[in-house]
Amino acid sequence: METEILITGFGGQGIVLTGNILGMAATLYDNRHATMTQSYGPEARGGSCSSQVVISDEPILFPYVENPQVMICMSQAGFQKNCAMLQEGGAMLWDSDLVKPAELSDQWRCYNIPATRFAEEMGNKMMANIVMLGFVAAVCALVDPESLRQAVLESVPPKTRDKNAAAFDRGREYGGEILKGRARQEH
Amino acid sequence: MASKAVLTGTHFMNGDEACAEGALAAGCRFFAGYPITPATEVAERMSRRLPQVGGMYIQMEDEIASMAALLGASWGGKKAMTSTSGPGFSLMMENLGLGIITETPCVVCNVQRGGPSTGLPTLVGQADMMQARWGSHGHYEIIALCPSSPQEMFDFTIRAFNLSERFRLPVLVMADEVVGHMNERVLIPEEGAIEVVERKRPTCAPGQFLPYRPEADGVAPMACFGDGYRIHVTGLTHGENGYPAMEDRAQERMVNSLVNKIKMNRDAIISYETEYLDDAEVVLVAYGISVRSARRALRMGRDRGLRLGLVKLNTVWPFPEEFIRGLAGRVRALIMPEINLGQMVLELERCAGGRCPVRLVGHAGGSIIRPGVILSAVEDIRKEAV
Repeated sequence: METEILITGFGGQGIVLTGNILGMAATLYDNRHATMTQSYGPEARGGSCSSQVVISDEPILFPYVENPQVMICMSQAGFQKNCAMLQEGGAMLWDSDLVKPAELSDQWRCYNIPATRFAEEMGNKMMANIVMLGFVAAVCALVDPESLRQAVLESVPPKTRDKNAAAFDRGREYGGEILKGRARQEH
Repeated sequence: MASKAVLTGTHFMNGDEACAEGALAAGCRFFAGYPITPATEVAERMSRRLPQVGGMYIQMEDEIASMAALLGASWGGKKAMTSTSGPGFSLMMENLGLGIITETPCVVCNVQRGGPSTGLPTLVGQADMMQARWGSHGHYEIIALCPSSPQEMFDFTIRAFNLSERFRLPVLVMADEVVGHMNERVLIPEEGAIEVVERKRPTCAPGQFLPYRPEADGVAPMACFGDGYRIHVTGLTHGENGYPAMEDRAQERMVNSLVNKIKMNRDAIISYETEYLDDAEVVLVAYGISVRSARRALRMGRDRGLRLGLVKLNTVWPFPEEFIRGLAGRVRALIMPEINLGQMVLELERCAGGRCPVRLVGHAGGSIIRPGVILSAVEDIRKEAV
């Protein structure tokens, strides 16, 4: 069974790194298979970009994401362009300060987090993607959360490890609280 | 660890990075190039890694100079490579020919994007396949490999170096944007488990050495500058002694020698893999990233009861002519998915020689072939063939 994940945003947000970390966690720490492909325009920063991750227990044949079960949106343009692709029952995650969804399907599981604001509060908005990955670890069962955390620490410059670990944990805790809140409402 | 040439272990890296690591594992110690999307990551990694292993990285003023620098480095005794994409590959064509006529081992990796001209810098294409074969002027043979994964970017780059050293010519790694930019698991073996081939060196006394006299395997030993042998390297037609010889007999000898060393060793060069050929009615013949589209289409088709087979071309030049001829005589059709409007399919059709229908599944570039489109072509040709 392949799980397809689409991560969208704009150049400079670390969208490709986010996909890379997810794939790395699945491949190197969970010993599964993953591909990560990227899509961007000729411009270096500010243009739309996306990364596409496929995770599976089997070797992956086709690396494009066409029917994602998980979508992570870090820009309004990325959300609008791609949201129709998300499968029924899929998980839609977005940065609540950057994306204002006009309408959301009731077939999706929806989760949002002010990832960029949290990252700014922690001293560097470049860590928004890491906050988001922590959030992913909490609300989606894509990879082992500890594998993901390990992959984050391996992927960031050594001097920034502590800050990135804190950013990851912040996103993970926020996600955990959301899940707890929803569980309470259901009971 | 960082100073090791062979990064033994499991990695999650992209194809461009894997290409660079394959080069280092094969003994490459010189890279000259000019960054270009989607091949930049090869150069970027080489610029960091080569100084760690005592090698040299030069960012050149353009791709013409890059190719020239490779040839010089190779004659200086180093294993040398460059990486580029369409526009740079076009600029390299003249000096690629110089590499062929001077029988200079080196490796060129072309991470193909959409063309012509600047085209689609960040999006995939497979439309330089005929340029790879005939892009430089004059008559010659070439070797080109097509990796379909980051792992094969590593493995095939090593093989490209080995073939270039063994047969003394520039060898092309014809990758593409998706293979280059895709991250996937790459296993790098222990250094001792990697087969590395070195060019033949002369063993005779310097006074008896003829730098372009082929031995029984069709390949002449190579003396490099500083080895103590008298050598002359020219792009003019030359005799076995390396000096210009402006006459038709010398041209006949030299060009035949360039062609024969590849033709007589075809079996050692050509590499392909097959899947489900035993009962296959329709066979997909694919190379590079299109192998993965084909393999997905094959699984989908088999699930629906279609008897599909797959031929995965690891080398595209020289083309496996005899194998395809035999195959065409026992299947209902051959289909080639490729990201162009018909290049390698022409060679497939030529080799099939009318024994079965041959169809292209192609488009002009920008994305990889959708498996569903391949399956539609299979359905269409099955209807026709009934």
